Amino acid sequence: MFESLSTRVQDVFKSLRGEARLTPEHVETALRAIRLALLEADVNVSVARAFIDRVRDRAMDQAVLRSLTPGQQVIAIVRDELVALFGTSEGGLTKHAPTPRVVLLLGLQGSGKTTTAGKLGRWLARQGRHPLMVSTDVRRPAAIEQLSVLGDQAGVRVHAPDTMDPVARASGALAEARATGFDTVIVDTAGRLHIDDDLMDELQAIRDAVRPSDLLYVADAMTGQDAIRSAGEFHRRVAVTGVVLTKLDGDARGGAALSVVSVVGVPIAFVGSGERLDDLELFHPDRVVSRMLGMGDVLSLIEKAEQAIDKGEAEQLEARLRRNEFTLDDFRSQLKALRRMGPLESVLGMIPGLGNLKQLADNKPDEKQMGRVEAIICSMTPAERRDHTVINGSRRRRIALGSGTSVAEINRLLKQFTEMRRVLQMIGQGGMPRLGPGMKLPPMSHKGAAAVPGRKRRKGGPWGLIKTR
Amino acid sequence: MGFFDRLREGLTRTTQQIVGRFEEIVRRADADTGTARPIDGDTMEALEELLISADVGVAATGQIVAAVRARARRGDSLRDLVKAEIRGIFDAVEPRPALNGRSPHVTLIVGVNGTGKTTTVGKLANLLKASGRQPLVCAADTFRAAAVEQLEIWARRAAVDLVRAREGADPAAVVFEAIQAGRARGRDPILVDTAGRLHTRTNLMNELDKICRVAARASEGAPHDVLLVLDATVGQNGLAQAREFTSVAGVTGIVLTKLDGTAKGGIAVAIAHDLKLPILYVGVGEGIDDLIPFSPRDYVDALFQGTW
Repeated sequence: MFESLSTRVQDVFKSLRGEARLTPEHVETALRAIRLALLEADVNVSVARAFIDRVRDRAMDQAVLRSLTPGQQVIAIVRDELVALFGTSEGGLTKHAPTPRVVLLLGLQGSGKTTTAGKLGRWLARQGRHPLMVSTDVRRPAAIEQLSVLGDQAGVRVHAPDTMDPVARASGALAEARATGFDTVIVDTAGRLHIDDDLMDELQAIRDAVRPSDLLYVADAMTGQDAIRSAGEFHRRVAVTGVVLTKLDGDARGGAALSVVSVVGVPIAFVGSGERLDDLELFHPDRVVSRMLGMGDVLSLIEKAEQAIDKGEAEQLEARLRRNEFTLDDFRSQLKALRRMGPLESVLGMIPGLGNLKQLADNKPDEKQMGRVEAIICSMTPAERRDHTVINGSRRRRIALGSGTSVAEINRLLKQFTEMRRVLQMIGQGGMPRLGPGMKLPPMSHKGAAAVPGRKRRKGGPWGLIKTR
Repeated sequence: MGFFDRLREGLTRTTQQIVGRFEEIVRRADADTGTARPIDGDTMEALEELLISADVGVAATGQIVAAVRARARRGDSLRDLVKAEIRGIFDAVEPRPALNGRSPHVTLIVGVNGTGKTTTVGKLANLLKASGRQPLVCAADTFRAAAVEQLEIWARRAAVDLVRAREGADPAAVVFEAIQAGRARGRDPILVDTAGRLHTRTNLMNELDKICRVAARASEGAPHDVLLVLDATVGQNGLAQAREFTSVAGVTGIVLTKLDGTAKGGIAVAIAHDLKLPILYVGVGEGIDDLIPFSPRDYVDALFQGTW
């Protein structure tokens, strides 16, 4: 997300960086480039104009122009203004609500309301709440069924009455929640155009029937200039309390989100960042802005790692590392943990500096290679996994056959693994703050070897981020 | 109701907005044709912002504005110049026959999540059936919950055959099966509804690549057409989508959906400009008849219809 915007903005500042003194002309050049970058990122035309005006006012200040690091000062100003645009809200649901709390999801067709309902159900359940979901989408074919499948997957009960009246379905769910003690009701609604009066009336009727404390407008991160018009109209009709920004795992620059938040004045509550039910996150404006400016998003990364890695497992692993007992089994579970964190690309994007590596965009990390490594290790006997030294030529042939790879690939993996152990041992003796720089994905082919240029040179690499406290 | 009326109906609000703001610019520029001054900088700037806010994009807008500026002579109508310029962009795209050719003709419907692929397949099947053909639809979205059921309902509405698989099955296998079934039953064309996938997801794009390869094994040259479904509300990311899907699956045409809202679908202009991909159909509502073949000329006319 925002990747291109951040590159653009950074390029501008790179050209400013060499300047001993900043003249107003320099600033104007930078501002023009920033405006263009904003427009290409789908920031609304008038929002971009206002934004540039604000940055200009502050950047033309004599103190900024005369400072030793004018470029950085301007970056700081842009950062401040972006954070200000997104507001200070930490996201999530409204703080106070009667029980049961009612959450209404609404928006245009195809923005991701039903998927978000499933994710939100899962999210609430993980917070120890007891959510109940209901679909009021009687228009789109199989929409009701979609929510009930998602309910099954998320382990959340779905209220499924016979009535096909949207308002009755919503109130029925609220009644069931009251009667049986569910503390949150998630009401999914049909996608509708903001200019469809009949359907907007229906939405108001649903709202009046269940009195939701949270009205979340679900918006596609890839939306263009029309975003503020539709969001504005929904807000005018039903008073939205928050925005859920979906499909953020793509490369959309998300400028529309910026526009919606600043024009409609409603905070972003959640962001959807993947296809799995767990891919719903609280929105943190400062982190997103950091990411926009290429400063990485370490906090989100650590949170992801913590979710993916079992604490006890990590402690055990550390102990084994100290005793130099790191086995192929441990290696495999590390691989699995890394994959649990989501697609490698999105994980790497959170590492400061990595988001801007041009090579990274061209050579995406090869998840297939990781799969092959897993397959190879899975094709070994438990004894072989415990002690890799027993793996002789004939065993290698067997493993290659079993995993659908070649002996050469097995050799390469074992060589990498031995190397890794050697490095780990060294680090382990030195107190082992983290898994070290020597740890890299064993390249399984020459193509694989080039898959992630520069990564091995980076301290820790993705492996180092798995904390083994 | 012809294309023009349908589109105009769908675009009424679009037109009003465009025209509303354009009106003033044009009135200023075209004030007294014959004696008017050449189009000035302010007008150009206003035109630029207008096109950008229609999602036409910075690059295409730049070209349109530059061309208009270069061509404008004393007394020219700004409206005609802009229209001619946008039409020129569409005209530069090689037109191609839609969903015709070898039998069975295999068409893949692809796109990111939530653009309206399944709905488009349903409407398209209906449209082709109405034109006397015997389409078969294939439900290859085995990922999204209830996607197959959704297509099943559309297939029933359009009264066409459906080949489906269990949720979680390999989509490429379903496509293979559908092509064989289509050939055996003499159905043509075969419309394949694929799962929504973000163009940045390597593994999902690989899956699409596999679908294409397997389709080619079942029928020579398949898929013969790959239609990318774009939401008219999409911003500049639409270009990235078109680029990625083209490089993986060889997109041959665009379907622009949800044109009945206030979004203008200006990305269509950007895509025609940058990638030379034709727009084949537009979706203008939720009804089964609300998919119509795209006519660039009429689109531009409808866009600039009204008080202009």
